[in-house]
Amino acid sequence: MRWAALAGVLILVALPAVLSSYLLSVFIFIFFYAFLGQAWNIVGGYAGQLSAGHAAFVGIGAYVSAILSQQVGLTPWLGMFVGGAVAAVLGAVIGYLGFRFGLRGFYFVLLTVAFAEVCRIAVGNLEVTGGAIGYYISFTGNPWQFQFQDNRAHYYITLTLMLLATGVAWLVERRRLGAYLAAIREDEEAAEALGVNAFRYKLTAMVISSFLTGVGGTFYAFYLLSLQPNSVFGIPLSVDIIIRPIVGGTGTLLGPILGSFILSPLAELSRHYLGQGGWAGAHLIAYGILLILVVLFIPQGAYPYLKSLVSGRSNG
Amino acid sequence: MADVLPLLDVRGLSKRFGGLQAVRDLSFTLREGEIVSLIGPNGAGKTTVFGLLSGFHVPDGGEIRLRGRSLVGLKPHAICALGLARTFQIVRPFPHLSVLANVEVGALAREPRRPQAQAHARAVLEQVGLAVKMEQPAGSLTLAERKRLELARALATCPSLLLLDEVMAGLNAAETERIVELIRAINGTGITILLIEHVMRAVMSLSARVIVINYGETIAEGLPREVANDPRVIEAYLGDPGEAHVGAAPA
Repeated sequence: MRWAALAGVLILVALPAVLSSYLLSVFIFIFFYAFLGQAWNIVGGYAGQLSAGHAAFVGIGAYVSAILSQQVGLTPWLGMFVGGAVAAVLGAVIGYLGFRFGLRGFYFVLLTVAFAEVCRIAVGNLEVTGGAIGYYISFTGNPWQFQFQDNRAHYYITLTLMLLATGVAWLVERRRLGAYLAAIREDEEAAEALGVNAFRYKLTAMVISSFLTGVGGTFYAFYLLSLQPNSVFGIPLSVDIIIRPIVGGTGTLLGPILGSFILSPLAELSRHYLGQGGWAGAHLIAYGILLILVVLFIPQGAYPYLKSLVSGRSNG
Repeated sequence: MADVLPLLDVRGLSKRFGGLQAVRDLSFTLREGEIVSLIGPNGAGKTTVFGLLSGFHVPDGGEIRLRGRSLVGLKPHAICALGLARTFQIVRPFPHLSVLANVEVGALAREPRRPQAQAHARAVLEQVGLAVKMEQPAGSLTLAERKRLELARALATCPSLLLLDEVMAGLNAAETERIVELIRAINGTGITILLIEHVMRAVMSLSARVIVINYGETIAEGLPREVANDPRVIEAYLGDPGEAHVGAAPA
């Protein structure tokens, strides 16, 4: 397992040597959404607290580092951590409200969506964020400003983000926090009876998750160079974040990555071939169909399913 | 010897759910190392008492002290940390986690490092006789095994007081016998036990004392044999004083 992981990483590191620039951008897409899915996975998967408003953290991280870079001149290399910290504060507020008042299931989902929507509307009406027109970053190509002429830089940045978030998830999984989050996900009251401070550990998961997601916002801002409240805070982005770990397997280390390798190319293909001529948004139909298939046939997700296939074969 | 601080001291405990007075002015104490049974007809308020002691319900009135320290208003996890662990009448395993992982959650309350917690969990599983099922998901266990798992998880938190809520319900005679032995062995390691139980044979053979409640109030307290012959107890169970005999203590 360890060797397979190492081999996989080495292949991904070497891959840009043979990739066309189009395929390079597809991989950037895959890695970035795997990273976002993995960050979400810590609270949504391991802790089982279904946040459907993670776009808010991407948006906050993106706007904070973009504005700091453009108005204050702070390099996004530092701005990304400021963005992450601000996102973590929002995550803590949402988590505090949701977990202190015992909102579970759909009520927590609604709370997270509501916060993301409030952010979207607020940012769309503030002057400093450029309002509904959006916020634009002028292209300089200067690496100090997180801008690169060569797409391979974006490839390695997103690969690093993905591996970093996976490393964090791995640490969570191995420590007491991981065992406690699993117990909370399974039966919160029973976990409490065994000495688990559910509030504290759920909040911890939320803060880690929102911080990582907020850090990712910087990449989003300086890769696209334009931020619109409707796209960066919108529900479709939140769905994009959630759906990969769900398809790949929530609460597993490789689920979000596998999910992104399945879904991101699919989204890209349907955007590419169906995106023109009035077919915009067709990838959402593909998502819907795939999600139904996953829920019907492999509700635990693709990764646990493949794992059981492999172990079943080696046992038999 | 006379004035030793009791392990658990409950005074005037009350809890009302809407129009139902579930527990009314209940007082009792537990001494270190005892096995005491809490019995009473269905709906008497026994499980509510456990909920109050373990922090799942907040009492309307009264005081609960564990080694002199008040538990009122504390969250369940904080009460567990102070050394009071409970099982649930309707077992609540973490079904998708392995048996070992289930018990490890309890063990982590005392040992935050996972390898050590796992080692402790293994030892507890040996003790309750579930070691062979260690790697299985808890959801695949039989009812008797789940009851043992429930016990093992609580035990892994290293409690000084263990509240067992009907751990024998639904078990056959042989399984009941084994769990009685297990409870005795656990008590032998110095853990005080408060049992809710309907299996009278077990209550009679295990308990040093029995507390009988009905409609949330204590109606009798004493040695198992005394309590079993108390007319108020017989009335509570059978509604017809003088006619029958509770559970028949082993003669």
